[in-house]
Amino acid sequence: MTQEARVRAPAESRPASPSSGEGPSPRRSRTRRLHDAVTGYSFLAPNLVLIGVFLFLPLVWALLISFRETNGFGDGDFVGLANYQRLLSDPAFWRSLANTVLFTALVVPLSLLAGLGCAVLMNSVLPARGLFRTLIILPMAISGVATALIGVLVFDQNTGIANKLLGAIGISQVPWQSGGTAAFISVVLVTLWWRIGFNMIIYLAGLQGISPELYESARLDGAGPWQRFRFITVPMVGPSTFFLLVMNVIYSFQVFDIIFVMTNGGPGRATSVLVTYAYERGFSTREQGYAAAIGMVLLLVTLAFTALQWRYSRTRDLVE
Amino acid sequence: MTTAPHAPTPARRRPGRGAALRLLAAVLVAGVLMSPLYWMVVVAFSPRAELLATDLRLWPRSFTLDNFDRVFSGFPAITWLGNSVAITAVVTVLTVSVSLLAGYAFAQLRFRGRNVVFLLTLSTMMLPVQVIIVSQFRLVTDLGIYGTYWAVILPTAASAFGVFLARQFIIGIPSELLDAARVDGAGSFRIFFQVVLPLCKPLIAALTLLTVLSTWNDFAWPLIALKENSLYTLPIGLLYLQGQFGSDYGATMAFALLSVLPMVVLFLVFQRHFVQGFARSGIR
Repeated sequence: MTQEARVRAPAESRPASPSSGEGPSPRRSRTRRLHDAVTGYSFLAPNLVLIGVFLFLPLVWALLISFRETNGFGDGDFVGLANYQRLLSDPAFWRSLANTVLFTALVVPLSLLAGLGCAVLMNSVLPARGLFRTLIILPMAISGVATALIGVLVFDQNTGIANKLLGAIGISQVPWQSGGTAAFISVVLVTLWWRIGFNMIIYLAGLQGISPELYESARLDGAGPWQRFRFITVPMVGPSTFFLLVMNVIYSFQVFDIIFVMTNGGPGRATSVLVTYAYERGFSTREQGYAAAIGMVLLLVTLAFTALQWRYSRTRDLVE
Repeated sequence: MTTAPHAPTPARRRPGRGAALRLLAAVLVAGVLMSPLYWMVVVAFSPRAELLATDLRLWPRSFTLDNFDRVFSGFPAITWLGNSVAITAVVTVLTVSVSLLAGYAFAQLRFRGRNVVFLLTLSTMMLPVQVIIVSQFRLVTDLGIYGTYWAVILPTAASAFGVFLARQFIIGIPSELLDAARVDGAGSFRIFFQVVLPLCKPLIAALTLLTVLSTWNDFAWPLIALKENSLYTLPIGLLYLQGQFGSDYGATMAFALLSVLPMVVLFLVFQRHFVQGFARSGIR
């Protein structure tokens, strides 16, 4: 603190250029720059230590582990790319990858559509609008485990309320637990329940930025409700859609809580996704090298998607 | 967030039908979304026989507190609650402090390497936690904190999300304010504590609430980092409880209800801050 005050002193005599690093004499500017760096990095230090130790270090470590064959706590043996080669011929891995892609392909568009629909509804004239909005976003407060357990309760194929309701309208018992397709549908439905609120909030913020005059002039030009939605609302919430697309794809690729608790990847491998498969390998069968390799694939897919997004989105400057 | 409605005019021209349809849609959507929570509450307060009945019952016919008794008599539910409170409190204080400090540096200070370090920090938001979960596990084991609170707290606090949120907020503070303080002879630390922090109350509120919510509900990492039953947080305890009861859902739902109640209350009370926090995370 005292040293700070001393180095700071010359700056006080030149209040005209307060924070720009471009002092007139080179020596003074070098001291100044050093001082600025010391200040800046002192503020950053706690963040850099946490992120460095608990994110970057494990990332590098994970890469190294993925070249090793390990079980349990030992370091194991260096096996080069053997884990990655094994992935190529592992049907469980391919099934998990395909399920992850399918899950994403279902959850992302459905949750975006539902979110936008709810947002449009909540942005219109409606009695008790605040209450309705609260109810739609309330699932966000529920933990993933509780959400998944409620899902288990509702979709229990013997005692669950879902089958009783379906039975009441004449649809016979759906095998939510023993049937692969039905189980997959149930985890998608539960995920949608959990995610719609977030999407609605982001869309609602986007909608409130649209000027009412736009709708007014479109109406004067004879545009109907659908046309106004299609040609004003949809393009105007483009930046929100872009942001939500990225967030939801990343979320879907990393889905864990709901599937792990609801189905644990079953029945068979019908709902197994990359993360539950990596968890199974890393912590059940304790093949940590192999699990790390699966993690690296997940990382590559995420990075590739993010890069694609940034490359091909014209609206990327809006989410800098 | 709760601004006045932009009254769309179809309502003005056909007030009856449009409004009724919208209300109907809203009731349907809210009803469908609330029904699982309603069912959780019903099952939590119903005897086991109710659930096993084969006919369709949408409301409870009898009321019991047995399920809650079964939870409290057989499981350290209060300990789990205490663990959740302690871990959430420490993670939140850490995350908010670290994020404010870093956010200020990224937003208002100029120094060499700032942008590179910011991008590196930001890039960790794209990093799936599950990619590093194996090596994180080995890291906390090597650090000797495996099986303690710290094994959960430290990796959870290592998050770039709060830093990003703080930077986006603090960058909006007019630099004239900070320059004026600097002219008065204040150093960066005094400016941070005396000028920036008092202006950051909405940010601190949103950041605190979002961190509390996500830490309270966190699952994957605590599942791995906590080995002893007595250290479990509520979500881990809930899963453990379900493992014991299986398809006897009453007790599980009773505990599920108790474990989500604090966050539901918090969410309802501070809804505006949550919504603004989420919205701000997406749109600068």
